[in-house]
Amino acid sequence: MLNEYFFVLKAEWMLIAIIFLLLFLKVGTSDWKNETLLYAINILLLVNLLVGFFSNLEGALFSGMFHNNALLILEKNILNLGVYLVSLIAYPWLKKHEHVLEFYILLLTTLLGMFFMISSGNLLLFYLGLEMSTIPLAAIANFDLDKRKSSEAAMKMIISSAFSSALLLFGVSLIYGTTGSLVFTEITPLLNGSALQLLAFILLLAGFSFKMSVVPFHLWTADVYEGAPVAVTAYLSVISKSAILFIFLQVLYVIFKPMSSEWYFMLFFLSILTILLGNLFAMRQTNLKRFLAFSSIAQVGFILLGLSAGSKTGMASVIYFLLIYLFSNLAAFGVIGLVSAATGKESIDHFKGFYKTNPSLSWILAIALFSLAGVPPTAGFFGKFFLIMAGAEKGNFVWVIFAALNMIISFYYYLKVVKVIFMDPNNQPIEKITVPALPKLALMICLLGMVLTGLLSWIYEYIYTLSNF
Amino acid sequence: MNLTLFLLFPLATAIGILIAKGLKQIRVIALIGAVLQLILSGKLLLAYYEQRATGNQAQMLFEYIQKWYGPLNLEYHIGVDGISIAMILLTAFVVVAGILVSWETNHLSKEFFFLLVLLSLGAYGFFISLDVFTMFFFLEVAVIPKFLLIGIWGSGKKEYSAMKLALMLMGGSALILVGMLGIYFSSKTAAGAHSFDLLELAKMNIPLARQMLFFPFAFIGFGIFTAIFPFHTWVPDGHASAPTAASMFLAGISMKLGGYGCLRVATYLMPDAAHAYAWVIILLATIAIIYGAFATMMQTDLKYINAYSSVSHCGFVLLGIGMLTQTSINGAVMQMVSHGLMTALFFAAIGMVYSRTHTRMVAQLGGLLKIMPFISTVFVIAGLCSLGLPGFSGFAAEMTVFMGSWQNPDKWYRLATILACASIVVTAVYILRAAGKSIMGPLGNDSYKDLTDAKWYEKSAAILLIFGILVVGMAPFWLINLIQPGTEFIMNKLAVVATGL
Repeated sequence: MLNEYFFVLKAEWMLIAIIFLLLFLKVGTSDWKNETLLYAINILLLVNLLVGFFSNLEGALFSGMFHNNALLILEKNILNLGVYLVSLIAYPWLKKHEHVLEFYILLLTTLLGMFFMISSGNLLLFYLGLEMSTIPLAAIANFDLDKRKSSEAAMKMIISSAFSSALLLFGVSLIYGTTGSLVFTEITPLLNGSALQLLAFILLLAGFSFKMSVVPFHLWTADVYEGAPVAVTAYLSVISKSAILFIFLQVLYVIFKPMSSEWYFMLFFLSILTILLGNLFAMRQTNLKRFLAFSSIAQVGFILLGLSAGSKTGMASVIYFLLIYLFSNLAAFGVIGLVSAATGKESIDHFKGFYKTNPSLSWILAIALFSLAGVPPTAGFFGKFFLIMAGAEKGNFVWVIFAALNMIISFYYYLKVVKVIFMDPNNQPIEKITVPALPKLALMICLLGMVLTGLLSWIYEYIYTLSNF
Repeated sequence: MNLTLFLLFPLATAIGILIAKGLKQIRVIALIGAVLQLILSGKLLLAYYEQRATGNQAQMLFEYIQKWYGPLNLEYHIGVDGISIAMILLTAFVVVAGILVSWETNHLSKEFFFLLVLLSLGAYGFFISLDVFTMFFFLEVAVIPKFLLIGIWGSGKKEYSAMKLALMLMGGSALILVGMLGIYFSSKTAAGAHSFDLLELAKMNIPLARQMLFFPFAFIGFGIFTAIFPFHTWVPDGHASAPTAASMFLAGISMKLGGYGCLRVATYLMPDAAHAYAWVIILLATIAIIYGAFATMMQTDLKYINAYSSVSHCGFVLLGIGMLTQTSINGAVMQMVSHGLMTALFFAAIGMVYSRTHTRMVAQLGGLLKIMPFISTVFVIAGLCSLGLPGFSGFAAEMTVFMGSWQNPDKWYRLATILACASIVVTAVYILRAAGKSIMGPLGNDSYKDLTDAKWYEKSAAILLIFGILVVGMAPFWLINLIQPGTEFIMNKLAVVATGL
């Protein structure tokens, strides 16, 4: 029994242990240098990542409130990997920061919240995890302490997430009212698509849409992405979005399975809006972080397309895409973070002639953008292809054609950035940037991920075998 | 014979280029890789003859299937028939010539040769694939190198052209994506799964309604790659702005990807729709032929002349496919080979002239024959081939297309054939005018006197391509015999439908 409490909750215990360790360090009178501290923490995170692959136990605890299975373990490992990469990328920025320990304590707390959220079998624990994963995030969005925009981002984030939580809670309360239960397995058989339940679902969907930044609930995204420090933006756009999508998969595929025809059409309209608006706004951005914010909104539209399949392939394609998206987006943010930490430049125009001074960084950024655009041989091609393929399963070719045509638009704005980097002349390009070892490692991992995740089919096949609901 | 070598060789070459230091090493590695590839293509041809001689009547030879993405039933399935071998040979010729022509590329030479090799990798992969997904993968692999090649090493309004080309080709890919997903979800294998396997799909009959819906997507999608009217506008800008080798690759290889896809994927897999939509294809092809020819007359820039004439010439490919007779499809494939070799040669000649005179305007050139006899001769040969002089490949290919087209008894189709034939006169006008003004006559500029003739690498590139043109032109039966078994299978599939309707 004790064994169970330890191993089923292993990923969570690991994080709790690290968080407490960091707390002790903070309370204690250590005056370690930032570099040493960061190396130590990164090693801890690497250990955390590696331990995640071994001796996992599936099962349910607390009478079904918390459960763990192979798919969830995989998802947690993906999140762990993402956090490790974000931490590596954040190195040049945190090196000069006074509050390294606080940053990691808050960051890992959000991760812990996400773990509880995706493992939850009960709406209460789900809500608890959700809040735990958003409120500290608002705090670290404010971590560029001397920048006004950073505080603004934090403020916007906390208000919008509070609002979306309220919507979610309202939905949860309506579900409780109509079914009399908060346990996932008990809710499902009682769902019959009545008006009240439909309203509950719409409210839940609105809450989720806020967190996933689906149009028309996306308004906070660009400002927060722009204001927050690059590493936090990366974390927001990759890790927290992935976590929300993981639980959203469970919510749609497991809890609301009886209402699949209802949610199919809601996803259809949301996705069309999201892809279109995300793409149109992305074309007009001049700041790279805002640009990636809108492009990531469009990506979510594509994810909704894959989600709509409601099948095993749909689930597998979404998780697979998120894995690839993690590598590609973190590679892009990694390069932007390096440039931002060294020079403070984040505008697209600043990257004119970037190739002359920083050829390898340029290639990595370009490959990341190609992967986001979905161009082979990068993994992004496979990710997007499988999403669209899953979406076509139901025979709704209007949606498929729409998505395919929108890929051209997205291709345009990604290529525009590539053009700026490689082709536009500039008398004062960003000077040569020396890349420290840790971010270099992160970029190498991302590069490998962007190339190999697509060409090696067993990664997808592995996800596919685990995708069950 | 292991066809995967056609991917491994370029891959090894690309890695070698990445490791190499300095232009001298890089270009030698690139050339060795390309020549090895050419030898490999030759061996493939011999191995093909050997197999056929021993009575192997299978549609595809040297097949190899490896499961890739099992749950979705995607495969890495490769194999070749005569049509693919003709295309692979064409690619190998153009790649060697292209690398020779770019021998002196100083600016970012490592990236330049790397992208050229990557482009050729995409083309080889496309031609050996027998799985629509793999084909699509390789088709798109070839897009990004084009964008970067034009955008970085190009001339004129290169960024605009690069973006236009990339977006239009990407648009083509998007249409193909829809078309291929339509095919995939209309298919059902014996095991009940969907499939992308070309040979599997050919055995099934896709429901007529689905064919009518998805054929336009697939055909126009591939058609954009081969400059189908009205989506041909990327061709002139793209070719004109591209560096010489990239122009050669674009016209010689890349546009052939589209024609091959139209034939192999759209027409072969959806024969009912091909019959039903044939008139649209023929209409568009005829417009492209005539419009392209007249548009060429108005051009003053040599590269634009060749680019617009490519639109016109690629119209013959689509015309041949649209006529749906065996001879016309044979002719279409021959025209692909012939056009690939001859435009590559033409662009090479234009590039040689441009690198010396720094102008491509016909009006500013003149009298080059006296100064650079070799380049001028190459120029004239390419021109004569383009206008379809007997003895060169252009004549053999176009003649076959016309013969095949005439076999189609519909009177409107015959009108289209007549109009297409008439365009040859226009071709003669602009080719002779361009050649006459820039090659003959008085010297365009006194400073031209000091210019030198072709270097060894330019000569070898030109001779290689001329050799190809002459072989196809003098012995067209050789090429027809090669592609005939392949087109027969396509015709069988088309014939079943024609009688079934």
